[in-house]
Amino acid sequence: MAKKILIADDEANIVASLEFLMRQKGYEVRVAGDGAQALAMVAEFAPDLLLLDVMMPQLSGYDVCQRIRALPDGQRTRIIMLSAKGREAEVSKGLAVGADAYVTKPFSTQDLVARVAQLLGE
Amino acid sequence: MSKSPLSIQRLVAVFLAGVLLLDYPLLPLFNGAGTWFGIPSLYAYLFLAWAILVALIAAAVRHRGPP
Amino acid sequence: MLSDRVVIPAALAYLGALFALAYYADRRADRGRSLIANPYIYALSLGVYATAWTFYGSVGRAAANGVGFLPIYLGPTLMMALWWMVMRKIIRISKAHRITSLADFVSSRYGKSALLAGLVTVIAVVGVIPYIALQLKAVSTSYTILVRYPEIAMPAQAAATPIAADTAFWVALVLAAFSILFGTRHLDASERHEGLVAAIALESIVKLVAFLAVGAFVTYGIFDGMGDIFGRAAASARLAPLLAPLAVTGAYSSWAWLMLLSALAIMFLPRQFQVAVVENVDEDHLRKAVWLFPLYMLAINVFVVPIAFGGVLHFGADAVDPDTFVLTLPMARQQPALALLVFIGGLSAATGMVIVETIALSTMVCNDLVMPVLLRLRPLRLAERADLSRLLLAIRRGAIVAVILLGYLYFRLAGDAYALVAIGLISFAAVAQFAPAVLGGIYWKGATRRGALAGLAAGFAVWLYTLLLPSFAKSGWLAGGFLRDGPWGVALLRPHEFLGLTGLDEITHAMLWSMIANVGAYVAVSVLTRPGVAEQAQAARFVDIFRHGSEGLAAHLWKGSASLPELNALLARFLGPARAAAAVAEFAQRRGLSAPAQLAADADFVHFAETALAGAIGGASARIMVAATVNEESLSADEVRAILDEASQLIAYSHQLERKSSELEAATAELRAANARLQELDRMKDDFVSTVTHELRTPLTSIRAFSEILHDNPDLDAAERARFLAIVIKESERLTRLINQVLDLAKLDSGRAEWTVAELDLKEVIDEAISATSQLFRDRNVALDTHFDGNAPRVHADRDRLMQVIINLLSNAVKFVAADSGRVVVALTAGAGELRVSVADNGPGIPVGDQATIFEKFRQAGDTMTAKPHGTGLGLPISRQIIEHFGGRLWVENEAGGGAKFVFALPAGRPADAAA
Repeated sequence: MAKKILIADDEANIVASLEFLMRQKGYEVRVAGDGAQALAMVAEFAPDLLLLDVMMPQLSGYDVCQRIRALPDGQRTRIIMLSAKGREAEVSKGLAVGADAYVTKPFSTQDLVARVAQLLGE
Repeated sequence: MSKSPLSIQRLVAVFLAGVLLLDYPLLPLFNGAGTWFGIPSLYAYLFLAWAILVALIAAAVRHRGPP
Repeated sequence: MLSDRVVIPAALAYLGALFALAYYADRRADRGRSLIANPYIYALSLGVYATAWTFYGSVGRAAANGVGFLPIYLGPTLMMALWWMVMRKIIRISKAHRITSLADFVSSRYGKSALLAGLVTVIAVVGVIPYIALQLKAVSTSYTILVRYPEIAMPAQAAATPIAADTAFWVALVLAAFSILFGTRHLDASERHEGLVAAIALESIVKLVAFLAVGAFVTYGIFDGMGDIFGRAAASARLAPLLAPLAVTGAYSSWAWLMLLSALAIMFLPRQFQVAVVENVDEDHLRKAVWLFPLYMLAINVFVVPIAFGGVLHFGADAVDPDTFVLTLPMARQQPALALLVFIGGLSAATGMVIVETIALSTMVCNDLVMPVLLRLRPLRLAERADLSRLLLAIRRGAIVAVILLGYLYFRLAGDAYALVAIGLISFAAVAQFAPAVLGGIYWKGATRRGALAGLAAGFAVWLYTLLLPSFAKSGWLAGGFLRDGPWGVALLRPHEFLGLTGLDEITHAMLWSMIANVGAYVAVSVLTRPGVAEQAQAARFVDIFRHGSEGLAAHLWKGSASLPELNALLARFLGPARAAAAVAEFAQRRGLSAPAQLAADADFVHFAETALAGAIGGASARIMVAATVNEESLSADEVRAILDEASQLIAYSHQLERKSSELEAATAELRAANARLQELDRMKDDFVSTVTHELRTPLTSIRAFSEILHDNPDLDAAERARFLAIVIKESERLTRLINQVLDLAKLDSGRAEWTVAELDLKEVIDEAISATSQLFRDRNVALDTHFDGNAPRVHADRDRLMQVIINLLSNAVKFVAADSGRVVVALTAGAGELRVSVADNGPGIPVGDQATIFEKFRQAGDTMTAKPHGTGLGLPISRQIIEHFGGRLWVENEAGGGAKFVFALPAGRPADAAA
């Protein structure tokens, strides 16, 4: 059974690229346009991995990550944070709220795909 | 210095005003110039000027200068 | 009904009650809970100025010449305006030097001269004796009249009665006893008498109440108000001239001289110096006293003229002495209780004066006249006696009795010849002689001891000749020809018309000549003589009291060696062992030492000992005693001058330092503020860079991702390939736009932007901007309306920049309205001196809280942390900068029916800075 991946980002073009990359690897992909939607879909879709943008309307990536980790089975989902903010402090904050990895935009597609596979234990 | 130059200037001004109010150039104007409310003008004027002077002194010292 | 069996017990009971109050206040003071440490008591104690002379004599003077008594109170009122300067300085000096009397003050200023102290004492005693006589006369007269109630009879001439039957003699003895009780129960180093001050303050209240009571009784009880009295006076041949009393020749010069005289008396009468300076607890009390005290005088004088005129109207001319109207009017109207109250009020006025005056004089006589002589009489070997404090008390008590008896003697000799007011003025003129030496001494460093001696002696001599001797002559004690023809028949020397000066009343005449002699000799001799070493030091300490603290300089000015045990023994001898030990212990504590034994007999300690001693025996005697105890090296005049110069340089330096340090503080504060501003700017720049980076990376992310996808997947189908390439192109455009705007903003911020200013028609610019954005409107199917004011003037601006602004506003509007139902209205209106362009939409509007922030860089409506910008976030800040460059304003308001309306206003014609 294919692993499930949820993409949460409000930049349509970035979502498009991520969606293409993940589907190409055979994962089952869903998309959320903002933080609140992402939270809802984590509960409903139960993704194995979440590609999470930091700067989103309504609920930031940090908040989303924190709330997922606070859920009863919140540790199950791997989380990769994506952000155009690459300063040291922001990376540490991302890891501190429970992300498994922090990838700075713009990213190398090959590296990202490899990172996803690694986190999914493949 | 503990002096407040401002209040001292005011007090000197009050003193000079008092000398003017209570002395030669003004007093003859009221000497024998009828009565105010039944009181001879000179008497009424002197007590009035006196009261005003006391009030002016009180006002001048009330201001506390910078310590 | 008012026999001596009622009056005497009442008077003694009143005095006893006063003494009880004084005793209680002293006890409170000993326990540290002072009764008198407030400005109201201080102001009331100054009311000792109002004596029996005010209480009885003012009415007498008013009956004789109308307003003539008023300058006695107007002068002090004027002087009060200057007290905050002058009296505060005198108080400050006196506290620093432990000065306890006027004689001490003058002598201290001029190098602690014993001779000067003695001269001041003699002048004070001789000058004030007539004044004391006046009080005795007032009390005995009022008593004699009162006990004859209900009959009203003027007392017989005093000189005719034998001493033992003379009421005044017994009054003198009683007053002497009370003065001794109040003032010399024990010796106090500071010469302060808290109980006395409390009693004096109460007496001030009693005499005011008594006088107001009789005033109200006469004005409203006997007559029908002031209007009635003055109306009847106008109809009376005797009183009518007094309604305009100043028409007499010389009236105005008498008036002015009396004001000057009393203005000086309020400072230099020994009793006034005692209550105002020596008994002062806190110099800040002056702040209230300077207006409360004149208010007191105003109140006690309101009824003087009504009583005087009422008395004349009631008794007719000359049947009753006007000096007694206060008492005789209630008696004539059968008001024994009121008459007794008046008597007590008059007794208050007289006793207050006599007690304070004799205590002040006894301090002077003891410290400045008797002790210096005794200490110099070798056979007495007084300087070696163990405890002199009892001797000091005995001398003071003797002095009190002597002064009062001298007053009685004057009363017997001259008392009958004068009305009360005339006697008082003789004393005023005597103490006025102190004015040049004291006032000159605190403001003029050049004044010398010899100058002060010459001035005082000359002034006093003239006073003796023109006022005191004539008072004896008038009473027949000197041959009458002395007054009429001058001594030895020389008319030019006539005491009341000296050198042929006529047309002045005797007080004005005496004041004129004595002040010429006094001030002339003081200034001339001061200028001609050089001050001695000690004088220079004291002059500097007095004149510059507000600049030097007080301590340091004096110690600098002493050189020599001393022994601690000897100085301690000296203090014990004059202060008594217990108080001396306490004073030394306190001094040691002040210097941070744990025990008095650790003290060194250095210059500071010698200075302390001398000051402490001065409090008990006066500055001049203290100087003699200390000089006899320690080995002093006399400083040369040059050394003193050098020290004083150094001190004043030090003061100048410290003032400079003070100024510099406050300047530095101000500069530091400015720097701190500038630093905070810089840090804030730095933080803003950091945020800006970080935000720009973020904004640049977002399109770059899409571009890189799709480029890699296209690169890694050569087998993608054509449609998908085209879609991905379109994304890459679109994001590249976004990136370009962003970079351009950042550069644009940087240029605007730094002022390096180029402007092409021309006169242009805004309508055309708007039209052009509309056509440039028409595609956007078509894409989202948004309606666009225009309203142009037909006769809008042209403006001076940069065409391309204005276009940029309008395009920005239009593209914002079209972005925020709903597709299909959106509607945007562009309007151009001409207003007062300006043109307005507005772009209104029917979108969601902008929350009021965000209306300011949307014009900041990278800030858009909504939470900045989570809101993804719809554009670059730089359009509005750039637009605002452009509009402001042309002297205009750009703002946003919400439309009534929802939606936002962006408006900019440009000044019509050529704005001042358009060329910049």
